[in-house]
Amino acid sequence: MKALRDIGLASGAAIVGAAVLVAVFAPLLVPHDPFAQDLSRRLLPPFWMEGAREGHLLGTDQLGRDYLSRLLYGARISMLIGIATTVASGLIGIALGVAGGFFGGRIDDAVLFAITARLSIPLILVALAVVSVVGSSLTVVVMTLGLLLWDRFAVVARVSTMQVRNLDFVAAAWAAGCSRSRIVLREILPNILSPLAVVATLEVALAILLEAALSFLGLGVPPPLPSWGLMIAEGKDYMFFSPWVIMIPGVALFVLVFGINLLGDGLRNLLRTGRVA
Amino acid sequence: MSRLLEVEALEVSFGAASAVRGASLALDRGETLCLVGESGCGKSVTALAVMGLLARNASRGAARLSFDGQDLRGLDERGMSRLRGNRMAMIFQEPMTSLNPAYTVGSQMAEVMLRHRGGTRAAAMARAEDLLGRVRITSPAMRLGQYPHQLSGGLRQRVMIAMALMCDPELLIADEPTTALDVTVQAQILRLLLDLQKDLGLAMLLITHDLGVVARVAHRVAVMYAGEVVETAAAADLFARPTHPYTRGLLACVPVPGKVARGAALGSIAGVVPRLGPGFSGCGFRDRCGEATAACGGTIARASAGEGHDYLCRLPPGWRAGAGAAP
Amino acid sequence: MLEFLARRLLVALLVCATVLTFAFALTRLGGDLAISIAGPNATAADIEQVRVAYGLDRPLPLQFLEWVGRAATGDFGQSYFFKEKVSKLIFDRLPITFALGLVGLSIALAVALPLGIVSALREGSWTDRAISIVALLGQAMPSFWLGLVLMITLGLHLGWLPISGTGSWEHFVMPGIVLAFSAIPALLRLTRSGMIDALASDYIRTARAKGLSRRSIVLKHAARNAAMPVVSIAAVQLGFMLGGSIVIETVFALHGVGFLAWESISKNDFPTVQAVVLLLACIYTLLTLGADLLNAVLDPRLRAS
Repeated sequence: MKALRDIGLASGAAIVGAAVLVAVFAPLLVPHDPFAQDLSRRLLPPFWMEGAREGHLLGTDQLGRDYLSRLLYGARISMLIGIATTVASGLIGIALGVAGGFFGGRIDDAVLFAITARLSIPLILVALAVVSVVGSSLTVVVMTLGLLLWDRFAVVARVSTMQVRNLDFVAAAWAAGCSRSRIVLREILPNILSPLAVVATLEVALAILLEAALSFLGLGVPPPLPSWGLMIAEGKDYMFFSPWVIMIPGVALFVLVFGINLLGDGLRNLLRTGRVA
Repeated sequence: MSRLLEVEALEVSFGAASAVRGASLALDRGETLCLVGESGCGKSVTALAVMGLLARNASRGAARLSFDGQDLRGLDERGMSRLRGNRMAMIFQEPMTSLNPAYTVGSQMAEVMLRHRGGTRAAAMARAEDLLGRVRITSPAMRLGQYPHQLSGGLRQRVMIAMALMCDPELLIADEPTTALDVTVQAQILRLLLDLQKDLGLAMLLITHDLGVVARVAHRVAVMYAGEVVETAAAADLFARPTHPYTRGLLACVPVPGKVARGAALGSIAGVVPRLGPGFSGCGFRDRCGEATAACGGTIARASAGEGHDYLCRLPPGWRAGAGAAP
Repeated sequence: MLEFLARRLLVALLVCATVLTFAFALTRLGGDLAISIAGPNATAADIEQVRVAYGLDRPLPLQFLEWVGRAATGDFGQSYFFKEKVSKLIFDRLPITFALGLVGLSIALAVALPLGIVSALREGSWTDRAISIVALLGQAMPSFWLGLVLMITLGLHLGWLPISGTGSWEHFVMPGIVLAFSAIPALLRLTRSGMIDALASDYIRTARAKGLSRRSIVLKHAARNAAMPVVSIAAVQLGFMLGGSIVIETVFALHGVGFLAWESISKNDFPTVQAVVLLLACIYTLLTLGADLLNAVLDPRLRAS
């Protein structure tokens, strides 16, 4: 059982690690310019199918762009959005959660209310509306998702802060005359980081899925950027005859998100069994 | 006629840790046997092993484990469940959590009857009401419709007892039934158990660490230490002539009014019950025993100190402190 | 209990009021609404005309109060695009979205409850681990993509189910499966952990000591006590499903509220967008409130206090 868990954690880490490497080195890895169109080579199938052409390992899309190159660049977009969104939502959520957990009383009531209100707002609908009103761009998608996805950070930060606040070393810091900000930054934050790390992995996965959904609906990353969601949307019209145009980016998306979740799940199990302090 | 319950060389282990190491005991119809010892000595595990209620990670073995002549060792979960609640019943230490919070007292009691005897729900409810009265609960009809959280700890334990009696069991196992209760309630519950045992002719296996309880209710006593039954005797005999050093130590811990001078030190046994692995041999008590010699590391034979009184020690019956190292 | 309910109701009302404000602010994010409504080819005169026609020339607080006043009576105004009352538009399409949500929740429960219970009964086994991996797989599935894949396989290749539309109950099966996928992991995890806690409790030991059948022990005594968190999360998940229906309805061309919202967003039809956001938020709040009530029914301790 333990071995199996470790396999899960290791494969999650391997998938995420590979995705990060691909994202960082995409310009060096791609065989073609992911934006270069070649209308004479449209919808070429990938290498395992009949009719595949040399040089286009995963075939081409409806505009004759190399699919492998677009897929690799797509990893960039996914990782960028996943991480940037999580940083933004993490800052908001942790600030709110720690404030609620640390001060309690009215402030905590307000934080709880903010979480309740946030959860009642339909996520994708509002994100779509905002992007539609403000105009779609990478920055807008990140900001919008960042402003919407902080709830789980806040919930976990709040509960963890409440637990840590009452521990002896915090009492000792109070007794030693430390200031509030010092106690929050030096005593509490470092001790609630592990559960927050688990939340962070899950949020990265969620943000990647949401960006793909927004892009799929045409209100995420604007074309011609090769977001996986956008690739699926663009391939949708051809999917009954050339199913690989949606299978390839879909499987990439699925594997990446699965890998991140495996990593998060493995981290959580490590924390629960106390192998990481 | 065979004895109602016979347990010989019972072994229970959880992974590498042995909880019960060859414990033996026997119980006749209508008899009360008290199983005494410190916490962690394997009393509760022995009881759970008899009932077939051990956790999944436990393994059980015995040279003999029979109830009314029927071998329990070969019985599967389904077969055991036909006996449990029907011919053998058990009540537990924690009345606060032993009842299901989601169902009424009446429905929890009735389902025992419906499961083992069938019949109508109305008949089962009538039986439940009758038994609630027997365990001296006032206005039993009203209690049937109440939920466990509406009852005090003492009342819940009475409900547990009544529930155990639903099918007229021949054997009742009570695992420290009064430990979690207030002192005044403890006395009432104990009196109730004693009366029920007499009236119904129950055989009762009462687990306790309280020798005061033993003196009041037991016909026979089995003293457990580190997973073994180290001494068995009729109650009066045990109190008069305790033979195993551990039994003597236990008795020395109990102040007897009039016999102990005011201000005199209470006896106590130094150390704690050891956790023994499967490969352990010799006397489990030797590390805490004032009489221990090198011989205590070898196999110890069961010795007799009279009719129905045996013990597990190399010392002779009637040994005196300091003189025992002789043979 | 009454006090608790009153507090919950107050919070629910406050949440709805907050979302009301939020929904209004949402449409004013992009600056001048009149320009968006008039469209890309409008002249300055056209825009001015739109501004006056929709009352956008008046001060913002006034517009807000007017909107709130009308929204409180269920009047969300006229749709810019469909030229119909927004409330009518929504209520015409609500049944489809509800049907979809209920089908999705039913499928999710039908999968998650048995798997969660089996997982708990075999805690730590390979079965348990395999089921938790299934949950992780479900969590990683992009719903719009799963929808397309099902269309290709179940719809095109196997021909078992219709690919899109709302003609019969079969039309709801594929979108229902896709929606269910998003809710299964959370439901499964909670069922599992709730059952593990319940099975380890003293009252289960009592139930075994009573000689009850395994079926009764698991399904009557343990499941009843594990049900409460599951009820809460099921309500939350149904709320999320209704909110997430925008993607599914677009993929399968189901003309429910989600599809309406999607059309309104792409046509800059703000009164409709506002109304749908508000409606979904209120439904979610009602659902969680309903779950609290149901829990009070399930747990005699809550009922009494």
